[in-house]
Amino acid sequence: MFDTLTLAALPVEDEALRPAIRTFIARHVAALPLDRRARSWQGFSADFSRALGEAGFLGLTLPKAYGGQGKGPFARFVVVEELLSAGAPVAAHWIADRQSAPLLLNFGTEAQRHKHIPAICRGKQLFCIGMSEPGSGSDLASVRTRADRTDKGWVVNGQKIWTTNAMHSDYMIALVRTSGTSADRQAGLSQLIVDLKAPGVTVRPIVDLTGDAHFAEVFFENVELGEDALIGKEGEGWKQVVAELAFERSGPERIYSSVVLLDAWVRHMQVARRNTAAALVGRLTTELATLRAMSIACTARLVAGESPVVEASIVKDRGTGFEQELPVVIADDLAAHPDEPVSEELYRTLMYVTHIAPSFSLRGGTREILRGIIARGMGLR
Amino acid sequence: MESQELLEPFVRMLEAACPPAVVRAIEAGESAAPLWQEIAQSGFLDALVAEEHGGPGLALADIEPLIAALGAHAVPLPVAETMVARALLAQAGVAAPDGPIVLVTAVAQPVPCGLVAEHALVATGEALMLCSIAEMSPAPTGVTHSLAARLSGIPQGPTLPRPTATLRAIAAVLRACLIAGAAARLCDLTTAYAAERVQFGKPIGRQQSLQQMLAIMAEDMIACRIAAQVGAAHGIDVPMPVAATAKITTSSAAPRIAATAHAVHGAIGISAEYDLQLLTRRLHGWRVADGSESYWAQLLGTARLAGAETSVDWLRHSVFA
Repeated sequence: MFDTLTLAALPVEDEALRPAIRTFIARHVAALPLDRRARSWQGFSADFSRALGEAGFLGLTLPKAYGGQGKGPFARFVVVEELLSAGAPVAAHWIADRQSAPLLLNFGTEAQRHKHIPAICRGKQLFCIGMSEPGSGSDLASVRTRADRTDKGWVVNGQKIWTTNAMHSDYMIALVRTSGTSADRQAGLSQLIVDLKAPGVTVRPIVDLTGDAHFAEVFFENVELGEDALIGKEGEGWKQVVAELAFERSGPERIYSSVVLLDAWVRHMQVARRNTAAALVGRLTTELATLRAMSIACTARLVAGESPVVEASIVKDRGTGFEQELPVVIADDLAAHPDEPVSEELYRTLMYVTHIAPSFSLRGGTREILRGIIARGMGLR
Repeated sequence: MESQELLEPFVRMLEAACPPAVVRAIEAGESAAPLWQEIAQSGFLDALVAEEHGGPGLALADIEPLIAALGAHAVPLPVAETMVARALLAQAGVAAPDGPIVLVTAVAQPVPCGLVAEHALVATGEALMLCSIAEMSPAPTGVTHSLAARLSGIPQGPTLPRPTATLRAIAAVLRACLIAGAAARLCDLTTAYAAERVQFGKPIGRQQSLQQMLAIMAEDMIACRIAAQVGAAHGIDVPMPVAATAKITTSSAAPRIAATAHAVHGAIGISAEYDLQLLTRRLHGWRVADGSESYWAQLLGTARLAGAETSVDWLRHSVFA
């Protein structure tokens, strides 16, 4: 079962990227406070993303002809692993670099590629993804935002919600209905590039329980788009979205969301000269080891040109479970030593991760949806 | 590629020589000698012996799929242990005896396959000692169908230098590979059963609750496979953190995998005549052999806390190097 998912090693030429990205991180990230770094891929800094693009660390998997680095998924693994484990604020470019540019490369027109991909690689065009709607969460095929044909292109009406960083983005790639009704399910869906500065677009940030506003509501009221807004084929939106989600679910980002906290807790115990949690440290460290090996194995499937939808779901479900366990067991350990001082920074970091952790198994597909995908891969549905 | 070429004849041999009926017969006290003969004649026992000592010089990673196949077939003999023992003996210039050899890393608790072994390679602290198992007075544990033995006494025999790794680290990786193989088989059996067994007018595998359970089982199965491969990637000189990764992941998953397999099968799964128990009993045995998850977690955590590296750096240098 899932026989191709086996141990793989990071190639030497991709490992060779590590010193340079570490130097970059030391300059740009090391000074940020711990609880800021714990935000990692929810941490937004357009300046950081532009600097990363200028240094050649964006578009690693994209062809040089479009401003990319012409490397592969293993190169991206190395760079992303370093960024996430350091807690770099990567949110600004994250979606464009990980999903939008590969999507445009696979399904976009030559003009779309040239318009967007080089700018994405320089960290200068930021994208968000319009999937969820008020009535469409896990049941994504029920989206109701419509795009109707006009003589000049498309007119869009409807609403998206929980759209990450819509208020900071230049464009949205929206999944919309271009024919039929929501009863037609996956048929009749298409992907459109929406210029978020277009008349009729309204973006309202939504504040989350940590006080951050990383997602937003987006309203479309007779938003007019040109013919060139359509990505790929009309009516093929579902298939394209599924391929896109494999990128979202398979990277190292699904195992490292809480690793800044893990490292801070280990340092805390070293300073306190306390060894009482050694077995817990050992268990958590080896779970991360196995997840890292699983994530590299999944990356190897991407390198082989596959779209490892089920394998990526396996890594993401197990990885997010680990990410969510960390704040629970670390809080228990710290509070099991009530006379041991905990720094303000560590405390804030712990509480931030504790409060945001439920999102780990929501974004990019809920735990229950992923397990359904795995069960389908097992032939059970 | 090479592994696949090795695996196919090995699995064919196991399917012919070690069907469930043979496993049951040996567990019921019949001689294991005919099965051992078949396995010995297949030529695989010297797979790990280095070329300079007359063997094929395969790496542990090459034969990891074979060890997993031993687990998947519930082979009631210490085949993987004997492979490692023969490689260590050859390396030390000690002639390997005929017959199955167990690796003894502690005598305070039962040793799997102790009742069907003829020899023991015993870790005595600074060295290893080869002895006849009879010298260690193997005694049954009283657990029905179990081939584990209680061992005692001070063995006598040729000594060989301790390998760079501890014997326990090597043995732990073997257990991890066996667990991974049995886990894969259990996943197949349980998924097939869920697709066939009809209740409430449809296969139980159509129930979302079962689908979610089985998805977690598949995740655990894949984690065991990959962790066992991490363990086998360093050859028989296994560094502690590598053995710990393999053993902690597989030992933690083993009880969950066994529990889900039984939960899905219902009552028939715990009957003696159904094959499931041949695998689930072994999972529990391998889990506690050569250090449970907590044993290795304590060792690894202590080592980790002694250094200043971040998680990713520590893993890169200690597990993935």
